[in-house]
Amino acid sequence: MSPSQEASADAAGIPVTLTVNGTTHRLTVQPTAVLLDVLRERLQLTGTKKGCDHGQCGACTVILDGRRVNSCMVLAAMKDGSSVTTIEGLAEDGRLHPMQQAFIEHDAFQCGYCTPGQIMSAVALLEEGRANTVEEIREYMSGNLCRCGAYVNIVAAIQQVLATGRRSATP
Amino acid sequence: MPNPEAYVGRPTSRVDGPAKVTGAARYAAEYFAPDLAYGVVVSSAIARGRITAIDTAAALAVPGVIHVFTHENRPRTAWLDYNYRDEVAPPGSPFRPLHGPEIQFSGQPVALVVAESFEAAGYAASLVKVEYEAAGHVTDLEVKRHEAYVPKKKRAGVKPPPEPRGDPEGAFGAAPVHVDGDYTHAIEHHNPMEPHASTVVWEGDGKLTIYDKVQGSQNSQKYVASVFGLNADDVRVVNAYVGGAFGSGLRPQYQLFLAVMAALELKRSVRVVLTRDQMFTFTHRPHALQTIRLGADEEGRLMSVRHDVVQSTSQFEDYQENIVNWSGLMYRCDNVALTHKLAQIDTYTPGDMRAPGATTGVFALEIAMDELAERVGIDPVELRLRNYAEKDQDENKEFTSKELRECYRIGAERFGWSRRNPAPRSMRDGRELVGWGMATGCWEAYFQKTSARARLAAGGELEIATASSDIGTGTYTILAQLAADDLGVPIERVAVRIGDSSLPASPIEGGSWTAASAGAAVQAACGAVREKLLGLARSIDGSPLANAGIEHVAFRDGRIELAGDPERFVTLADAMQAGGVEHVEAEETVSPDILTSMRYSMYTHSAIFAEVKVDEELGIIRVTRIVNAVAAGRILNPKTARSQVLGGIVMGVGMALEEESMLDHNLGRFMNHNFAEYHVPVNADIHDIDVIFVPEHDDKANPLGVKGLGEIGIVGTAAAIANAIYHATGKRIRALPITPDKLL
Repeated sequence: MSPSQEASADAAGIPVTLTVNGTTHRLTVQPTAVLLDVLRERLQLTGTKKGCDHGQCGACTVILDGRRVNSCMVLAAMKDGSSVTTIEGLAEDGRLHPMQQAFIEHDAFQCGYCTPGQIMSAVALLEEGRANTVEEIREYMSGNLCRCGAYVNIVAAIQQVLATGRRSATP
Repeated sequence: MPNPEAYVGRPTSRVDGPAKVTGAARYAAEYFAPDLAYGVVVSSAIARGRITAIDTAAALAVPGVIHVFTHENRPRTAWLDYNYRDEVAPPGSPFRPLHGPEIQFSGQPVALVVAESFEAAGYAASLVKVEYEAAGHVTDLEVKRHEAYVPKKKRAGVKPPPEPRGDPEGAFGAAPVHVDGDYTHAIEHHNPMEPHASTVVWEGDGKLTIYDKVQGSQNSQKYVASVFGLNADDVRVVNAYVGGAFGSGLRPQYQLFLAVMAALELKRSVRVVLTRDQMFTFTHRPHALQTIRLGADEEGRLMSVRHDVVQSTSQFEDYQENIVNWSGLMYRCDNVALTHKLAQIDTYTPGDMRAPGATTGVFALEIAMDELAERVGIDPVELRLRNYAEKDQDENKEFTSKELRECYRIGAERFGWSRRNPAPRSMRDGRELVGWGMATGCWEAYFQKTSARARLAAGGELEIATASSDIGTGTYTILAQLAADDLGVPIERVAVRIGDSSLPASPIEGGSWTAASAGAAVQAACGAVREKLLGLARSIDGSPLANAGIEHVAFRDGRIELAGDPERFVTLADAMQAGGVEHVEAEETVSPDILTSMRYSMYTHSAIFAEVKVDEELGIIRVTRIVNAVAAGRILNPKTARSQVLGGIVMGVGMALEEESMLDHNLGRFMNHNFAEYHVPVNADIHDIDVIFVPEHDDKANPLGVKGLGEIGIVGTAAAIANAIYHATGKRIRALPITPDKLL
């Protein structure tokens, strides 16, 4: 059974339509199902991680209708018609996003479990025009815990993308 | 002749990096099967007693619920304790989930609800009604201190304290300078970001493929086979990616037992994932009550060292770690007494957490040394140099290598230590007090028996295989670097297969031994492949290598070249064609040399320098700068090596300032079981960290000359910070974590 064919998996649920990384899925979800579990268990998009299920660790960060959110705190049934970008949707045509590349170059992860959340937060922050100084990066990235302790390298990776972005914006 | 090093020693980016930054890397809870069911654990509400009634009717009535397992209906499993004892189990009687009505610790699993969906299982789990008869529990180590005992049975692989040497009491009495203090730290939980999870795929005919969050796939495999009476060949355990562990995955955890039990009974695939609060219901760094007494002469030379520890364990296993031996090892002293006792409290059995024992003992010793430096009136670095240990007095052995003097020198220079005003409260930055402190770190350089296989195909693809793990440490990458250099192939052509119990035997990934052990095994396997390939190359008619021995050739760019005359070569493809083979394969096993371990001690060392800034009115502490100079033998990959040490330091910052699993002794339960209340360092807590690798040559510790880096970064870090806080504020805090209230 492919993920997109399972519309009738739960007859007692609520129908929702979600566009995830450009693909539209029609699903029936239980009222208590959170977006994180729908992504992981129903759509098998396991790049989005569950670290705490309480909105305390940031591992489940996705971009929902243009905003970064902890997907464990979002009821899927309330997001009918929404559009979601997950870590799987960040690379384009097999080419890594500059933030993904910078994370590799700066060794901004070890076990890799918090990494998708870190990258999604970092990408969203830069798009929002926040996190322009080291202090701001540290502060705004503090919602994404990394138990391996890669913070110094995470900051370096984000700084690199920030600097490259500025260079490319200069004619 | 050694091969040119194209990769080893260079800052190669992680070969598993692309999988990790794209979400493609799959962890234990991220595998699927057509009929996957979801198990949710119900945890006990009391710390000690028994279940008198358990009502699962409401849970079973929830649509989608398949079964509720309890102690009343669980399937039979092995009878003897022996069958439940895993590779690293301490002496005792291992915990058996759902074994009976007895409750041994708060949060003990009392039921597993299995349903068609995670949501149904979670809701039904909330409907399981459990009635208990509580018995008196004790979770306060202070209360049990008077019952402390020396464990009769020693834990394998953990050195008990050495016999006392000299006359510690007499020398203490005679010493003109004394330090006498009690030290303690909080219980800590490992809290890797990935919750413990097992996905058990029912393959039919009793065969299982298990995706488990564990630091050793073969440890889980043997445990499952032994507990459930299965043939080991029918149990395959995969841990290709592990979302951190830090010791929490050394032993198979209870979710593995529960998921396997359910899969076997229901004959279908089952996933069990623990919640973050359930991550506080099993292993943890134990509590310890430490007393250190140092006696020294007026120049600061140690005359007497005494270190006594009472460490917590559970009621059912004697978990032991080496907390005190460091105090007899790290500094020269002829009169030493070290004791280590256990006392039982009603928690789950503690376990190894990053540099177990050393993190605890060295924190106390290194604060005591700082106190001694102040009392004698000399610089803390100078005090350590005056007491420098040239040999291991605990075991009366030489060191294979020890460049600690250089760590002190280089670290101090980089930090700017010579500009330190020794007087407490003498340095300021605006409204903040500034403090500089330092400490020494030390950890064992282990080397363990490990097997590996190398297989080179005629097309140039090289496959490396060993059951070892990568828990974020960089194992994939260093093994690829070593293999690529050994056989002269580009790293892109090397496929490293680890994290699978069906691969050549490897111990759990722990003790910082994986680089040395798996690395040496891979090098040995590649060496055997080299010998075979040279044999094939020499057999070619008119071979340019006809008279060459393995020491006369280099493997480079897909060729075997004559050293010094690279125009005389045989390509790997031609060699294989000559032999009529499509690939060359070898498996080798490496083991520690007994004679070397009898003659020498092997340790990694470090010198850590910390700067703190303290807001005197609010008690807020910031660790603004850390320099850690590490002597760890040869560095295979400066990039991943630095990350390992950074990670240890960050966890050390957590230990010093934040991490504290708070027991409510009335309920016998860890109360702050989530990330909002159990604080780990966040990005904004971490400032400048400088890691320096001090050159160190070691040709004895193991064939690679590496010493491991997963643990050294945390050892001493908390002491350096505590000493810096003293220097800033004049307040000597001997109980971790140093939270603002302790400074106000």
